Amino acid sequence: MAAGSTYTPIATQTTSSSVASVTFSSIPSTYTDLVLISNVYKTGGSGQSGVFQVNGDTGTNYSFTYINGNGTSATSGRVSSNTYGCFDLWGQSMSDTTFEEHALNFMNYSNTTTYKTILYRGNAVNKGVEQGVNLWRSTAAITSVVLYLQAGSFVTGSTFTLYGIAAA
Amino acid sequence: MSPILGILASSNYQRATSSYYSIATTTVGSGGASSVSFTSIPSTYTHLQIRWIGATNRASYNDDLVLRINGVTTSSYNDHRMYGNGSTVTSGRDTGTTMYVAAQGLGSTGAGANTFGVGVMDILDYTDTNKYKTLRTLAGLNYNTADTSGSYGQITLQSGFLTSTTNAITQIDFLSATSSSFLQYTQFALYGIKGA
Repeated sequence: MAAGSTYTPIATQTTSSSVASVTFSSIPSTYTDLVLISNVYKTGGSGQSGVFQVNGDTGTNYSFTYINGNGTSATSGRVSSNTYGCFDLWGQSMSDTTFEEHALNFMNYSNTTTYKTILYRGNAVNKGVEQGVNLWRSTAAITSVVLYLQAGSFVTGSTFTLYGIAAA
Repeated sequence: MSPILGILASSNYQRATSSYYSIATTTVGSGGASSVSFTSIPSTYTHLQIRWIGATNRASYNDDLVLRINGVTTSSYNDHRMYGNGSTVTSGRDTGTTMYVAAQGLGSTGAGANTFGVGVMDILDYTDTNKYKTLRTLAGLNYNTADTSGSYGQITLQSGFLTSTTNAITQIDFLSATSSSFLQYTQFALYGIKGA
């Protein structure tokens, strides 16, 4: 069996001011999976779900299913034929004033034969935990990802790091 | 911090990238495959991680992924899982089964020709002969349309272990729970993570 070191940082962004979105572009196709780790602080208020689009696609090509738990109850929901994918639903109905951590796994992102499925896991320390699965109905290789909030901004000090994992 | 924690415990700590190694990858060809195996897994790592995309030729929307360790087929696999189908959250468990099942970790033909299930599985301390081997999995599948049960897919959080042996893991076999064949482009990638 061959073995090679991988899990390589591709790019890191740290917000130096409040920004509406963060973009990773010109993503190389030399890896098998992408892992995007974010640690974000949002402006106050509700309606701040964290969402994403890939390759600039604003069509209704995204869908997702999720579960989350807030310490009292567990919930599952879904959205179909949507214009964006999701990595954080906590901001949808709850005011958000703490850092949240997320991990998105873009599985087999560079192949050109399958739709792309993206797993995510989110931790919101004052609210709960969440995990979900996104489908982007395109066979195109993913070359860019933009993360943004449905409302509000990523506050100064939010970090985003993209890693590449290459299979043997 | 080891990258193995990245999937289940996301963190902003810098990862030691030199500790994460690709060991082997199998991609199913145009003829499909009834199983995929990793054999002669080296003992030089501390943990294993398996990352996959997969679908089978089952005439349904989804399929369950089956994993067996070291060829063990006796009734000695236990697991717990929590999953959501977009409307309800359910918890379940298996005791004394003949396989570790990653629930709905695979797409199938009803989900669409290009729709694959995905997952990330961690196997901890796989060479430690003093421990039963523990697996943890995050798997998901979404097909953007309602299946016969009204589900549009499923997200599953699961853990399990093999209770019949503490032997080091040297072989892992993947199958479909319905004995269906893996479709072309199904891929299993095995990674090793070293300790300090």
